[in-house]
Amino acid sequence: MTANISAAADAKPAASRVLTFDLGGEIFAIRAESVREILEVPPVTRVPGAPEFHNGLINVRGAVVPLANLRFPFEMPEQACDEDTRVIVLEEMVDDSPEIIAIFADKVTDVYEMEMENIHQPPGIGMQWRPEFISGIGRKSGRFVIVPDMTRIFREYLPR
Amino acid sequence: MTASILTVDDSPSLRMAVRAALTGAGYSVAEAADGIEGLSKAAATRFDLIITDLNMPNMDGLTMIRELRRSPGQAGVPIVFLTTESDDSVKMEAKSAGATGWLVKPFNADQLVRVAKKVLGR
Amino acid sequence: MSANDSVAAFRSEAADLLEQIEQGLLDLGQSLDDRALVDTVFRGLHTLKGSGAMFGFDALAEFTHHCESAFDKVRKGRAVATHDLIKTILSAKDHMQALIDDAATAPRETGDAILEALRLAVIDSAIPDADAGHDQNAAIARDVSVAPDALAEAISDAGWILRFRLPPTCMINGTNPLALLAELRDLGATSIHALSDRLPSLADLVPTECQLSWEVELPSDVTRDLIEDVFIFVMDDMEMTLERHAADAGATTASTQPVAPIAAAGDGGASPGKASASNVIKRDESVRVPAERLDELMNRVGELVIAQSRLAQLAHQGSVDEIVLREISEEIERLSSELRDTTMVLRMMPVGNLFGRFRRLVHDLSAETGKTIEFATEGEATEVDKTVIERIADPLVHLIRNSCDHGLETPEARRAAGKSPGGQITVSAHQTGSEVVITVADDGRGINREAVRAKAEAQGLIAPETSLDDNELLQLIFHPGFSTAAQVTNLSGRGVGMDVVKKTVESLRGTIRMESVQGSGTQIMLHLPLTLAIIECMLVRVGAGRYAIPLSAVEECLQLPAGEAESTSGRSFLDVRSELVPFLRMNEIFQSDRPTDLHQKVVIVRSGAQRVGLVVDQIIGNAQTVIKPLSRFHASAQSFAGATILGDGAVALILDVVQLLSSASLPPRPSSDWALGEAA
Repeated sequence: MTANISAAADAKPAASRVLTFDLGGEIFAIRAESVREILEVPPVTRVPGAPEFHNGLINVRGAVVPLANLRFPFEMPEQACDEDTRVIVLEEMVDDSPEIIAIFADKVTDVYEMEMENIHQPPGIGMQWRPEFISGIGRKSGRFVIVPDMTRIFREYLPR
Repeated sequence: MTASILTVDDSPSLRMAVRAALTGAGYSVAEAADGIEGLSKAAATRFDLIITDLNMPNMDGLTMIRELRRSPGQAGVPIVFLTTESDDSVKMEAKSAGATGWLVKPFNADQLVRVAKKVLGR
Repeated sequence: MSANDSVAAFRSEAADLLEQIEQGLLDLGQSLDDRALVDTVFRGLHTLKGSGAMFGFDALAEFTHHCESAFDKVRKGRAVATHDLIKTILSAKDHMQALIDDAATAPRETGDAILEALRLAVIDSAIPDADAGHDQNAAIARDVSVAPDALAEAISDAGWILRFRLPPTCMINGTNPLALLAELRDLGATSIHALSDRLPSLADLVPTECQLSWEVELPSDVTRDLIEDVFIFVMDDMEMTLERHAADAGATTASTQPVAPIAAAGDGGASPGKASASNVIKRDESVRVPAERLDELMNRVGELVIAQSRLAQLAHQGSVDEIVLREISEEIERLSSELRDTTMVLRMMPVGNLFGRFRRLVHDLSAETGKTIEFATEGEATEVDKTVIERIADPLVHLIRNSCDHGLETPEARRAAGKSPGGQITVSAHQTGSEVVITVADDGRGINREAVRAKAEAQGLIAPETSLDDNELLQLIFHPGFSTAAQVTNLSGRGVGMDVVKKTVESLRGTIRMESVQGSGTQIMLHLPLTLAIIECMLVRVGAGRYAIPLSAVEECLQLPAGEAESTSGRSFLDVRSELVPFLRMNEIFQSDRPTDLHQKVVIVRSGAQRVGLVVDQIIGNAQTVIKPLSRFHASAQSFAGATILGDGAVALILDVVQLLSSASLPPRPSSDWALGEAA
């Protein structure tokens, strides 16, 4: 199966504008155009019985938005919020309808043009994460950058 | 001063059309949905002209016209009735009840405004 | 405001009129000589005709005119109302709908056939002695009548002399003689003289009567029609002579002929809205709102604007007077809660509008199946959110159809079973707590459990040995896999699309229940939320979380007795004034990781016949909450009706009491559950 490099493929062929953030010691990059806003951590309401990945709700300007934590699909240990922790509000197409959902970031670091040629398909082996959750791996200043397949991840957690 | 006109009709779309035509011609328009409402609105405010349907629930137009003419405050207020009957007996009945004039449905905005101007004298 | 708005308004009004006509006809079918009903139907037809012609629905106006004429005979006592006539006008009503939807595609033959049937129905029922009268079919005509000698007069070059005397009562009746004189002046009158020759003596003079007469000279190029038009409204009662100046003997005619009304003299051209009549019809998403409710809303908004400006003023002052600030704050609080109430009420509609449609359905089904069916409705005034009403219409049609088709037996079978030959279907609505229950009940054959079971086994829905209680067995009928095969007629046959009914109800956060006694009938109850927008809630705290419980479901609040607090079992019973009420520990259900408070509270809630206590840590108070839907990610969190945003900006979940209780009462083994036991 071919990897779906959605982060770059949908936009201009040569490069794609991305937002990078730290999570669990790794760098993640997501398409800047799907980012609606970045907030300091608001009060979070827990939804009893919901999967841990998205068992939070927050108030984003009067709308009730689910809050997800990418630590769960990427099997990272939990970590308490600190002054750098942010919430990124995303709008992603999931099964042909737009979903607004927020995710945690340990720290939002940068917005830059990521060049397509620097993004590679994830290796099938030698990776501790589920390969289908990653649409590509890039490089920036000598470090790996994970481009997660947000649509794929969200679809995994949507109730059938 | 703008002439104020009361339109009495149980049909909201007709009231809407009457209102549109008359406000377009610079008149101010109030609405009532049947004879009883028409009577009470007319009792509260003296209108320069009352345009009424004849066939209405609760109180029909003829009864309303008679009631209006019975009250001293309404003497001389022009009342135009709307009718689908070109039949003279209806007209005679409405006129003897005290109506000033009439307009046969269907009518268009110009025709309505002409009648309004005519009975208002302005 | 444009012509399009009027046309849209007409469409919406026409829908109401057609419904009024249909209801009137169906009622008339019950009591054929009810004069008031005859008048109602006539008025509906009459208004539809008049307004239809106004807004360019000419085909509708013409067709309706013929129906009106036929029905007018009944109204005037020249014909009697019969079931045949009612049936014909009912089908005419359907044709009118087609003409409104799109006159171009409505089959003309259908209309003609209906008119022919109508003609026969009226003749057949005509009262022999009565004068047949003549049809006044001029109502639709837009003839422009021209006086025969108008042309001849128009070309004469002699001026006019007009003498007229108005009816004495004209001023009381609103005719202003001065306005008439002004009109004549506009026509070019060269001289106007008042004649006081017939003025009564002062003693006999009535000041409100017009006793003057006038003599007016008019130029030659004015036509007779134009002059007569000035007097159109008083023509019949006045004295008037109009003659040419010159000794043109032929033209000297006293005019007393009635003149066509102004409308007829008009351009007869396109009526407003004609262009849009062929536009694609969109079912308008409008809510009809009583004017006083809108006025109320406007008043509140007005007050809010005032309060806001007071607040702005206060903000601009150097020092803030706390008393004034608190006062404004309280004012705004009051206003916003009133605004919420008023706005919410705008969305509520009585279910009666919906029920009305079903009478026709049953009427038709009765004819189709040959079964005599008595249809009754109850609780028409019960108000439900507009969206709920719209979405529930089709499922209800389905349920009623099922009752007619399969629930009710044939008259013979009913007699054989010792029942009255006519079956009964009742649709009722009532409000209970936070929900409205709509029930479709029939007194038919009821559900044959063995047949349901056999079918479910045949379809592979259950294994042959599965033990099910009665409720579980009946719920199989709503299973999507049930009855996908050809309809089995010896079975009750309920199952065709019942899964769709269930899905619709659940998508509205409602539930569906069924009770059936074999041999004596079936009841299907749709439990639906009262509103989808705003609800009053009681805020409680469970562990660290705050939750909102719809206040309409709350019966009372108690202190949890100390003895119960130690119990660790998931469910227990509470003695509330010698009634055993089960309770749920919300800390456990919501998996709170905080130790429970020392003095826990019990909120007693009701859902249907169940009363259950919810044990919470703290009761915070009541609040009006705007329901925000949960996203698709939380669609499986069925214990929650949605979320709301609290005063401090945090999100609180709103409990769905019905769902919470039903999921809590779904234990591993449902054999003799308390929740079901009480309902039985």
